[in-house]
Amino acid sequence: MSAAVTGAVPSPFAAARHRVSARRRAVERIVTTLLLVATVLSVALLVTILGYVIQRGLPALDLDFFTQRPKPFGEAGGGVGPALVGTLLLAAVSGAIAIPVGIAAAIFVVEYHSGRFAATVRFAAELIAGLPSIVVGVFVWAFLVRSVIGHYAGLAGAIALAIIMVPIVARTVEEVLRLVPHSLREAALALGAPRWRVVLRVVLPTARAGVVTAAVLALARSAGETAPLLLTTLGNQFFSTDLLQPMAALPLQIYQYAVAPYDDWHTKAWGTSLVLVIVIGLVALALRLAMRDRVR
Amino acid sequence: MTRATDRAFAAGVAALAMLVPLTLAAIALLIVIDAWPSVTTFGLSYLTTTVWDPVKLVFGAGAYVYGTLVTTTLAVLLAVPVAVGAAIYLTEFAPRRLRGPVSYVIELLAYIPSIVYGLWGFFILVPLMRSQVEPALQATLGRLPVIGRLFSGPPVGLDLLTGGVILAIMILPILLAVTREVLLAVPPTQREAMIGLGATRWEAVSRAVLPYARPGIVGGAVLGVARAFGETMAVTLVVGNSSREISGSLFTPGYTMASAIANQFTEADSDLYFSAIVEIALVLLLVAIAVNTVARLLIRRAMAGRPAGAVV
Repeated sequence: MSAAVTGAVPSPFAAARHRVSARRRAVERIVTTLLLVATVLSVALLVTILGYVIQRGLPALDLDFFTQRPKPFGEAGGGVGPALVGTLLLAAVSGAIAIPVGIAAAIFVVEYHSGRFAATVRFAAELIAGLPSIVVGVFVWAFLVRSVIGHYAGLAGAIALAIIMVPIVARTVEEVLRLVPHSLREAALALGAPRWRVVLRVVLPTARAGVVTAAVLALARSAGETAPLLLTTLGNQFFSTDLLQPMAALPLQIYQYAVAPYDDWHTKAWGTSLVLVIVIGLVALALRLAMRDRVR
Repeated sequence: MTRATDRAFAAGVAALAMLVPLTLAAIALLIVIDAWPSVTTFGLSYLTTTVWDPVKLVFGAGAYVYGTLVTTTLAVLLAVPVAVGAAIYLTEFAPRRLRGPVSYVIELLAYIPSIVYGLWGFFILVPLMRSQVEPALQATLGRLPVIGRLFSGPPVGLDLLTGGVILAIMILPILLAVTREVLLAVPPTQREAMIGLGATRWEAVSRAVLPYARPGIVGGAVLGVARAFGETMAVTLVVGNSSREISGSLFTPGYTMASAIANQFTEADSDLYFSAIVEIALVLLLVAIAVNTVARLLIRRAMAGRPAGAVV
């Protein structure tokens, strides 16, 4: 091919170059194909898993599935009402704890340059983020379920989820706070505004979209946590909004339905998974939209 | 007045922020205290012996450690080539318009809850492994002299191999995200110089981009290790949870440290049994701290010179 391009009498050099470049082109093509295969495989995994959840979960869904409580095996019907209520309640309580703490940690690190203390907070948040969630569950069990509360309780689960969420909120908010221009802070300070006013009225409102993103991201990540809830909220077959009693949650409900030996319950496990994935998907979608606003 | 409010606000922020290191300290302290009876009774043999007998009150977590090591190693070996390959394709080769959306789609895998992976693994992957993949592996790799031993025994599906596969799928998104960030952080001049010298795209990537990004990619892989070894629900559902013996085959049902905690936590009927279970959590805690620290140092070094941000 390259000989044709030169159009002249093919020299020995041209022939050599031709051979090398054909080999190089072949390598290029093979590698690109392999890389494409890896990409397609990754996407295919997502499509396959979601496809199964939708295909097997859809038959379980009807109105009763969302409103009824789980029935004992043998009785027709039954749903995941208590688990849906439980998951939303756990998200609300854990968010109410984790979001202020996470934002405060970020403000502490970024706005108050407290040197070693700030580094300690940051490092601790990173280490907590890296802990296996079951370890957090063991801690909350030993601390709250065994000692302070005395039995399995929704509140213990909410606190376990909050511990998992705080580092996510702190790190994401920290990033957006760093994006707020210094000139804004300086302008406000120059006008005589005290520091707390600068933080609450200037910095946080400027970073609002990012703060919302952080909260939503943490909620999406924690909504599917199962292992810590297994050791803290235990699960409940009945509707309960009492935070000091065992509480149902969607991930726990999936586990209970999945490990039972009944086909009908397996269908319900897929249905519950679909509900959970939809809940998280909606949250993730909100996240995507919030991020787009931030970019604009 | 203003100064008082300012001071109160600063104190409030500091107090809330200090909850973070305090929580970490409380976690470490309480777990050490609860694990202490087991630590002092069994010492180092806890990690190396495999007798786990709640009746005779002898506990060695060796089999759980082994199961965790095997599944985590498999996960990393399977996931790293795919994730790094996809990340390279998506930063260097793919049509520009597709790069962002496709990466986003793959990173959605990270939002699927662990329990849903477990359900999928239990009902779809396990039967597939038992009826197709494992017999095929046995018929091919199983005939080789030394490696063959890894694939011996009846293909049961609920085993270490399946545990490794499900973990590989679960750590794929984090590996991909980190690798992509690290590759994007490589200065464009690295590529341009190679291309200018007449290199093909792959030559530029393999000789000028990957060497530059290597510490970050290794860091991402280490972060994947950190995710994999503490993962609980998905592995618990597919790994078998029955065998307490170590055998060389990947086709043996195993147990990981995290799944041992999940399955036995509520069964602990004696103080020493409970303490032995908490010691598993202690080992997970220590390994998590070590592995995450190493990973973050590596990634930070690879991202140096670039504004803070990124996925980690």
